[in-house]
Amino acid sequence: MNFLSLFVLIPIFMILGLFISNNRKQYLIVMTLGASLLMIMSGIVTYMYLTERAAGNTAEMLFMADTVWYAPFNIHYSVGVDGISVAMLILSSIIVFTGVFASWKIDPLPKEFFLWFSLLSIGVYGFFITTDLFTMFMYYEIALIPMYLLIGIWGTGRKEYSAMKLTLMLMGGSALLLVGILGIYFGSGATTMNFLEIAKLHIPVEMQYYFFPLTFMGFGVLGALFPFHTWSPDGHASAPTAVSMLHAGVLMKLGGYGCFRVAMFLMPEAAHEMAWIFLILTGISVVYGAFGAIHQTDLKYINAYSSVSHCGLVLFAILMMNETATTGAILQMLSHGLMTALFFALIGMIYGRTHTRDIRLMGGLMKVLPFLGVSYVIAGMASLGLPSLSGFVAEMTIFVGAFQHSDIFHRVLTITAVSSIVITAVYILRVVGKIIFGPIYDKHHEELTDAVWYERLSVSVLIIAIFAMGSAPFWISSMIGESVAPILSQLIK
Amino acid sequence: MQYTLLILVLPLLSFIVLGLVDSKWKPKVAGTIGTIVLGIITALSYYTAFEYFTLHKVAGVYEKVIVYDMEWLRFTDALHINLGILLDPISVMMLVVISTISFMVNIYSLSYMDGEKGFQRYYAFLSLFTFSMLGLVVATNIFQMYIFWELVGVSSFLLIGFYYTKPSAVAAAKKAFIVTRFADLFFLIGILILSFYTKTFDFTILTAEHTTVFAGTTGITFMGFSVLSWAMAGIFIGGAGKSAMFPLQIWLPDAMEGPTPVSALIHAATMVVAGVFLVARFFPVYYFQTPEVLHGIAYVGAFTALFAAVIACVQTDIKRVLAFSTISQIAFMMVALGVSGYEGHEGTGYMASMFHLFTHAMFKALLFLGAGSVIHAVHSNEIKDMGGLRKYLPITNWTFLIACLAIAGIPPFSGFFSKDEILSASYEFSPFIGGLMTFVAALTAFYMFRLYYSIFWGKDYTIKASSHGHDDHGAGHTPHESPFAMAFPLIFLAAVTCVAGFIPFGEFVSSTGADYHIHINLTVAIVSVVVASISILIATMMYRKQSTTPDKLAKIFSGLYKGASNRFYIDEVYMFITKNIVFNNISRPIAWFDRHVIDATMDGFANTTQWVSLRIKGFQSGQLQQYAYVFLFGTLLIAVLLFIF
Repeated sequence: MNFLSLFVLIPIFMILGLFISNNRKQYLIVMTLGASLLMIMSGIVTYMYLTERAAGNTAEMLFMADTVWYAPFNIHYSVGVDGISVAMLILSSIIVFTGVFASWKIDPLPKEFFLWFSLLSIGVYGFFITTDLFTMFMYYEIALIPMYLLIGIWGTGRKEYSAMKLTLMLMGGSALLLVGILGIYFGSGATTMNFLEIAKLHIPVEMQYYFFPLTFMGFGVLGALFPFHTWSPDGHASAPTAVSMLHAGVLMKLGGYGCFRVAMFLMPEAAHEMAWIFLILTGISVVYGAFGAIHQTDLKYINAYSSVSHCGLVLFAILMMNETATTGAILQMLSHGLMTALFFALIGMIYGRTHTRDIRLMGGLMKVLPFLGVSYVIAGMASLGLPSLSGFVAEMTIFVGAFQHSDIFHRVLTITAVSSIVITAVYILRVVGKIIFGPIYDKHHEELTDAVWYERLSVSVLIIAIFAMGSAPFWISSMIGESVAPILSQLIK
Repeated sequence: MQYTLLILVLPLLSFIVLGLVDSKWKPKVAGTIGTIVLGIITALSYYTAFEYFTLHKVAGVYEKVIVYDMEWLRFTDALHINLGILLDPISVMMLVVISTISFMVNIYSLSYMDGEKGFQRYYAFLSLFTFSMLGLVVATNIFQMYIFWELVGVSSFLLIGFYYTKPSAVAAAKKAFIVTRFADLFFLIGILILSFYTKTFDFTILTAEHTTVFAGTTGITFMGFSVLSWAMAGIFIGGAGKSAMFPLQIWLPDAMEGPTPVSALIHAATMVVAGVFLVARFFPVYYFQTPEVLHGIAYVGAFTALFAAVIACVQTDIKRVLAFSTISQIAFMMVALGVSGYEGHEGTGYMASMFHLFTHAMFKALLFLGAGSVIHAVHSNEIKDMGGLRKYLPITNWTFLIACLAIAGIPPFSGFFSKDEILSASYEFSPFIGGLMTFVAALTAFYMFRLYYSIFWGKDYTIKASSHGHDDHGAGHTPHESPFAMAFPLIFLAAVTCVAGFIPFGEFVSSTGADYHIHINLTVAIVSVVVASISILIATMMYRKQSTTPDKLAKIFSGLYKGASNRFYIDEVYMFITKNIVFNNISRPIAWFDRHVIDATMDGFANTTQWVSLRIKGFQSGQLQQYAYVFLFGTLLIAVLLFIF
């Protein structure tokens, strides 16, 4: 029994705990306890990981464990982490923790909400610790299914439509993915589903040409790859706060993580040959998402399009295939996860007070909601890449990395991507100027009350994380950089 | 000189304490904390300057001292962002300038901002700005500079938008941020190109005289210019954004929506000269590697100087006049850098530019603080609400006059000395630029005295109820001189303005670090003083007493007048680009395309599936008879098919 499995076991215990508890107070105790334990676990894992590395352990993945699960198909339950997964575990823990506090007053059916929420986190955690392709796929599905119910039942607006759309599109992606994974397994002729083992084998190049795009697109749908991103605006707009946070904060990262870990790592030749197609698509995502965001009037739509742009940058950087850019991609996943969760948390809190998300119907909230107002400005600044906040570190790493390609194709794309920093500033400041600053638009808003303690806690944790990553990026950047290197050496050889 | 680290740490701490600690202090406490911290920083900066200029001269040349350098973020083995402190003549000079002005503004604000809501927030932002600006000038590498560059931008944003409930202030803050961000995009691209070919961010390596890092860039061209030219042009555009060079000047006049002391600190004396500082920092690269870009800088500067000076002549808002005057004066500094050579006498321009930066910071801050004092007294920004104030505001009157004389270039005030050097450097470069700059200097004298007379002379101040400015004080009282906290900075800066010209500036700052002996070019000096005096005379005749000449002139040159008062419609051009092109013709179609093409396709798949399933769901009716029929016919069909083949 490997201690990494605790990341899956704790949410399972949370579910059991929810079953035996029977009022809101008890649910919240269970959830808080579980989420805090997960936070502590991620801290411990990080500490152990770093000490192990400092002690000179250069294995590709640490804390590996392997149990046969279904022998005929060589399906194993195998776990292990490297710097990338550790970073993702930290991110997930922060988002789950803050998500619990953001849904403190969830209504109706709090028990059921938290049940699905815990199930969702099982999928997320499992995905990041597993090293087995099939198990990975399974966790991926576990993370997707609860989404349907969470949005369909606790959502707002056109929730049934959005829930259906989100689920169907992501399921479509996972269908491609399943084909891709099976292709990898049979193509490589492996006797195991463990991707570290498969990476040592060679998949025939002509097979790679079929299965690379399938796998990449399959994961890419979740990473909001243009043109498969349209689930994101509707889905986020309808989802309840905590679900938006978890979905944009962590779930969309599954896409980028999978693209890198599975599609590119296992099929390097095809990745090299076909990168240009996806580079163009992601380049479009980056600019298109940003321009799309300028025109929106619903806060969640703005943020969803902004996510398309920022997540596009993740895939864009991965496809640049050098250490700096890829490190930047992982940093961007972290950074985007934190700040978009913060955004959705704040939007949820603002919506809970004003009952509207239309920026035309709000104004001057700083005066009545100073805490939320200041936090929103900080989130905005992080999003437009202000130094000392996380976005800057990630984006600069990506840009410097992407710029190391000196051919005209990569140059043009890079400069296009860089230009998104201006467009981002435009839509962020437009919103901030409209709803946070200025005179109060709606007389009724003058009686609003500022954030209460659980909201403050949730927001503060995220802001501290954003500041920490933005002002002391060296350790996390080097932790990721070291782990990216072996995967890239596979790609470059 | 490890203590220089404190110069950065203290204002940051002050920001954290004032900004993040949730407890609300009494305004007095917050203001005192901010001011004392700034006082300490000023003392430290002066001590740094003293120690640096006395101890760090090696073989007649000031050396570059890296006091502190820490790796902050590693990109590749060669490229990593360091945070550190680099001391050389220009950064030490900037430390002195920034801390002095910031200290004065802190003192001034104690009284000026008294009773404002958000007094503590104001001091927190001032500290943040000071921290960012100091971090910018001591940067050891270009990326550190970029980091603090952005932080300076955001503190400027926060301070312009200090009155955040006022829509015009919010709009101005937004505009300032986006315009400078747009310029920073080119700055960033410039950094990326430069660092890609040179494999370093480090200033000491990039600006060393006989450096080989540019070897990799030779022969690589793009559209007829070398890549290095593109990089350096990009970096200049970044500087042009912050320093409000044409056509990126549009944000600065609007930035006057911020509190007046902020305008004095950020939008007159310190942040806006960041672009000049940037070019000066890269001067050896511009001079040796990309002279064509340097010449471009000279022409951009010359045009901006003229452009802004013309507009300044017709503006009616006291702060707007000063804003355009700032643009014009910064352009002087840019021109000086653009026309400068490198060594010995050739390097006049460089020295002059830094000298003018120094003197201008003092007298322009003085002008703004004086303007603040006037606005404080009459509660309006408009010239028409003022007049004859010299009786009521004697200190402000005298200090303002000194600053006006300095900016007009009348000896013995500081502006004369620095401007004279700029003019003689320009004449050596090209008589055209020299002549143009002399003309701009004449315009400067004219508009400054137009402003001076309109405020302090002319028709006596009549009480006019005004909706501008500090409404809470109410209108309709006799204006009175400002309290000591506001008067002291005025007197101090006026004193500096009187004596700064006699500082042997060339002994401290020059392009090579070696001594540069200033000698006044008499011909240029006499010509410029005569021209300036004539301009002042004209202004005296037109504005000292109520007269109809200005209106008549405005009628005669109605086209020019109208254009200039509308700032030559550059704002409208930007508005057109952002609103009609970006918003309506790019963003709106994209949003539409996303909903109606891409999303509709996805919905189309779903709808098709649903339609097909509707059509065929009849087969799954659950009626046994139907199933039996289908079964029967199916079997028959297969039997027949089998029979045939």
